[in-house]
Amino acid sequence: MQEQDYGAKSFSLKVWKKMLPFVRPYRGALFTAFALMLFLALVDVSIPLFLAYAVDNFVRPGTTAGMGPYIALYAGMILLQGPAVTWMARRAMHVEMNLGKDLKRATFVHLQTLGLSYYNQNAVGWILARVMSDTNHISGTVAWALTDMFWSILYVVFVFGAMLLLNWRLALLVMLVVPFVAALTAVFQSKFLTAHRAMRRANSRLTGAYNEGITGAKTSKTLVIEDRNARDFAQLTGQMYKASLRSSLLSAVFIPIIIFFSSTAVALVLQRGGVMVMENVLPFGTLSAFISYALSILEPVQQIARVLSDFIATQANIERVDGLLSQEPGIIDSPEVVEKYGTTFEPKRENWEPIKGDIEFRDVSFMYPDGDEWVLEDFNLTIPAGTTVALVGETGAGKSTLVNLACRFYEPTKGQVLIDGVDVRERSQLWLHSRLGYVLQNPHLFSGTVKENIRYGRATCCKTRIYNAARLVSADLVVAKLENGYDTDVGEGGDRLSTGEKQLVSFARAVLADPPIFVLDEATSSIDTETEQLIQNAISHILQGRTSFLVAHRLSTIRDADLVLVVKSGRIIERGTHDELMAQKGYYHGLYTAMRIDESAGAP
Amino acid sequence: MKKNKKSNGGVLRFIGRYTAGHRHWLVLAVLAVLVSTTASFLIPQVIRFTVDLVLGSETEGAPPYMLAALDALGGRDSLRANLIWCAGAVVVLSVGGGLFTFASRLCIATGTERFCRDLRERLYGHIQKLPFQWHVENKTGDIIQRCTSDLDVVRNFVSAQLLEVIRTVILIGVALGLMFSMNVTLSLISLAFIPLIGAYSTVFYFLVGKRFLAADEAEGELTINVQENLTGVRVVRAFGREHYELDRFDKYNNGFANLWLKLGRTLSIYWGTGDIATGFQIFTIVVAGAIFAVNGTITLGEFLVFVSYNQSLAWPIRALGRVLSEMSKTGVSTGRLQEILDAEEEPAEPNATKPDLHCDIRFDNVTFSYDKLDVLKDLNFTVPAGSTFGILGATGSGKSTITYLLNRLYDLQPGFGSIWFGDTEIREIDRQYLRRNVGLVLQEPFLYSKTIEENIAIADQVQRDDCRSETADFEIDRRRVRRAAGIAAVDDAISEFTKGYDTVVGERGVTLSGGQKQRVAIARTLMLEAPVMVFDDSMSAVDLETDAKIRAALKEGTGASTVILISHRINTLMAADNIMVLEDGRVADIGTHAELIRRPGPYKRIYDMQSEAAADAGQSLEEIAAGGADGAANTPEGGGV
Repeated sequence: MQEQDYGAKSFSLKVWKKMLPFVRPYRGALFTAFALMLFLALVDVSIPLFLAYAVDNFVRPGTTAGMGPYIALYAGMILLQGPAVTWMARRAMHVEMNLGKDLKRATFVHLQTLGLSYYNQNAVGWILARVMSDTNHISGTVAWALTDMFWSILYVVFVFGAMLLLNWRLALLVMLVVPFVAALTAVFQSKFLTAHRAMRRANSRLTGAYNEGITGAKTSKTLVIEDRNARDFAQLTGQMYKASLRSSLLSAVFIPIIIFFSSTAVALVLQRGGVMVMENVLPFGTLSAFISYALSILEPVQQIARVLSDFIATQANIERVDGLLSQEPGIIDSPEVVEKYGTTFEPKRENWEPIKGDIEFRDVSFMYPDGDEWVLEDFNLTIPAGTTVALVGETGAGKSTLVNLACRFYEPTKGQVLIDGVDVRERSQLWLHSRLGYVLQNPHLFSGTVKENIRYGRATCCKTRIYNAARLVSADLVVAKLENGYDTDVGEGGDRLSTGEKQLVSFARAVLADPPIFVLDEATSSIDTETEQLIQNAISHILQGRTSFLVAHRLSTIRDADLVLVVKSGRIIERGTHDELMAQKGYYHGLYTAMRIDESAGAP
Repeated sequence: MKKNKKSNGGVLRFIGRYTAGHRHWLVLAVLAVLVSTTASFLIPQVIRFTVDLVLGSETEGAPPYMLAALDALGGRDSLRANLIWCAGAVVVLSVGGGLFTFASRLCIATGTERFCRDLRERLYGHIQKLPFQWHVENKTGDIIQRCTSDLDVVRNFVSAQLLEVIRTVILIGVALGLMFSMNVTLSLISLAFIPLIGAYSTVFYFLVGKRFLAADEAEGELTINVQENLTGVRVVRAFGREHYELDRFDKYNNGFANLWLKLGRTLSIYWGTGDIATGFQIFTIVVAGAIFAVNGTITLGEFLVFVSYNQSLAWPIRALGRVLSEMSKTGVSTGRLQEILDAEEEPAEPNATKPDLHCDIRFDNVTFSYDKLDVLKDLNFTVPAGSTFGILGATGSGKSTITYLLNRLYDLQPGFGSIWFGDTEIREIDRQYLRRNVGLVLQEPFLYSKTIEENIAIADQVQRDDCRSETADFEIDRRRVRRAAGIAAVDDAISEFTKGYDTVVGERGVTLSGGQKQRVAIARTLMLEAPVMVFDDSMSAVDLETDAKIRAALKEGTGASTVILISHRINTLMAADNIMVLEDGRVADIGTHAELIRRPGPYKRIYDMQSEAAADAGQSLEEIAAGGADGAANTPEGGGV
């Protein structure tokens, strides 16, 4: 699978427009920064005048008369310049940091709404590079490149104005350089953009590789493939090297050429103006002043060239962030739903109906967004509230599809899923999700203490309830073995605990949520028999009165279920209670018999 | 990671150390920049020369060297007649300057990018080789932030600031030399500002460093937060905790932005102060020079020249101040990178042996703890060569720790027992050799973002890599991959994917079920054809039917290998030659299945619990004994799915 590529679009204001809503709140600060830049440009233009004044009024006449006010004015100017620089820098920094913060937040918020299939197609490192590094780059460019460019352009315009006044013919000669610079920039812009795109892509792949290399370190060690990984990584750094070098090369060519153009312009003026002076068409003083001005724009022109190339290149970052922000979430709450139930981040809980837990699949057909086969076709099933449904079948047979649909992690391609008689799409996702208790086979814990993990997100939750939940599922046995009890840090992803321990803690987490709908996906697969026996009763107790889905291999759990669904190759081939299915003597019967023998006696 | 001890002096040392092999690029860049700086210094001189001395006759304000040049070039009149020469000189200088600017940029870019490429590879390779303990202690997001964001800070410093430092120092030197040659008193007045600028620069240097460290660490925290949120996205969704996650994110994001703004406030004052100091330096020279000129101490010409030299001194000094603040930031970043690089890799063991591992494995009084609490306590047992050894134990009883020790992911501390492979103690065996020959299937296997085929063949390829050259591209032995997948009973499942063995899995790609992942991991380890195989609850997510199938195939496929099986399922273990029951880090019992079910104890208890189902179904133990052997074959549809 490849990372999203952004066509060969060249520099386009359309892309930049996407940033407008983000920049708008800071237009005041930007404006202040610009105004200060204007002031600073004026100061910079006028400071040389003080020297001229000193020469003409003190040194040449040989007097110090009037030096007092001169000194005061000069010193005052410098004293003003300092705070102006400080203030300008603060405004620019304000824009940079807040814009960056807003962009990060916007991407983060959007990521919380994207469907799980997005996460299956994009590596964590890739997304991470967009959220962190691309946003930093954009905000830095907007804040600094804009103000720097503004200063340089102002300065150049001032100087051009002065030159036009001095001698318009010579000024036009200098301006001859403008179309050349424009043409050169036009030629280079798509190259800058392409090179920078390649760099950003390489950067994001590198981040992905670091992420994979670090999270998979244990496995890499056991397989002794560290060197092989390093070789694979070297390919990526090679790509990054090429892309960065190409990008540097482009500006290494671009900037000297611009300098060459502007120096040539000065040389032309020197030749033409010199002749004019010798022919007495032009006063010597005018040429001298004109040349001084022409020289003074060399540096700002260089800066414009540099900033311009950065600016154009930043479009690649915007494309990446915008690509993330305009990624369609697979599952969206309609405006009416949002109106009534609120969004994920601002729920209107007062409008939420309580949930009973009736689930109905009505003529549901389903195909995974990245698949091309019907997983369900015209499927009908009614699960009254409080029913325990067991899903049986081989590994990878598609047992989780039903769960995914019932929990609205995916929506049916055709037909409806109804909860308490209402289509799930007529209520908000959060309405449903905050009523779920989900225990996954590969439980993910977050860094933090055991207590924080069980409490997950409930700020106000007394210790007693946490301890009770833990005790109910025997997670307190895990805690008893930990050095700091409930305050032990479980490490990143819960890595300091064993899989079985993590399952117990995540079970406690689900129990504490007290959800009307419970999903146990092989929730006890790594827990030892005795502990499992201990929590078995607890489980039946917990599931009482709740609609629940059990994905399990263990016989006892299946037999006690109200409804057994047998899944094979992504289809439901049998359904009924345990007794009914046994009586059918179909696939389930065979499976069960094999399991029973196996469970009691085992294979060779 | 342990608290950063900021060592700013380390920037240049860091760069010096890790640019090894690419320094000639930096040297070339410096040489080129010398030429281009000279050219850009000369262009205005030539123009002034032309305007003032050739076109005008402002000899009184002209520096002595210009007058000398005028004489050398044949005097004013000949140049006036050939004005094009002067213009030509400007063009030639700008072309030359441009070429050398290009050359310096090219060289510095090449040097920098090569340095960064090497540094990235070194970091990655180093991280791969750091002990497992280090990985447990450090957060992925933080390491990523250091390897990307901090590395970028260093990269910018080398590519943008290093040359600037050199250019600045040269310009200051030239300007000072010229100034002193003209007037010592004024030069000293001008120099008087340098200690002042030096003093406040030092203060800001440390302030900036301190603030940047805080901001950089906050960026690390934020990265950790985002990385964990993205990794745990399924849990976030299932619990509807997006709001909580956003609140946490906001906390870190705001903290990060605020610390940067704080750094920005310091920097802005620094810049403002710098501008005032520079402004006053020029101001003092203009005013003092004017007074001197009025007094007649210096001439008007000297005054003008002196002021212009002073200006060319003032701006580089100001630039030096900015470079210093960049250097302070870079010092923080190099410090954070150095921390990673300083972490000790698993030590090389030149005297390590590579014995044949078809031998008994013996744990001798093994005691082990991660923190303070002992996980394994005085553990003693022997796994006979070529046998199948089962381990049963409660959650947290230390089963996985045994597998980690067998792979030397952790080493035993001296005095806490020993592990023997035949006559060789485990710590004397070459670590890589050991891992390659003790094939371990982890409880929660990790698949790489590659195709299934590449995943299964990954370790096998490496083994063959070692026999051949470094970079050759290897043929995957498809036949062996299929065979391993067949033994792991995952061949059929893979074939059902649209792209079969070419299906990309891992972080991005088709999501495999837990059981499928485990089986791909088993196949991957089988490719090692190791003399010892360890399965750490590797079939927990596999249904019983498949479990039995895999075990039967394993029995045939692994031949003389010693097999260690860890499981909670009695039927997975019962056919083992020996079964050890682990309780709280100690051996509670050990024996064959038949022996263990005959005596009361944990094994019997668990056995009874697990056979309850069978008992309920009315099957007697005799029937079990008779029917058990072909249990796997009784699968409906011949086990073809």
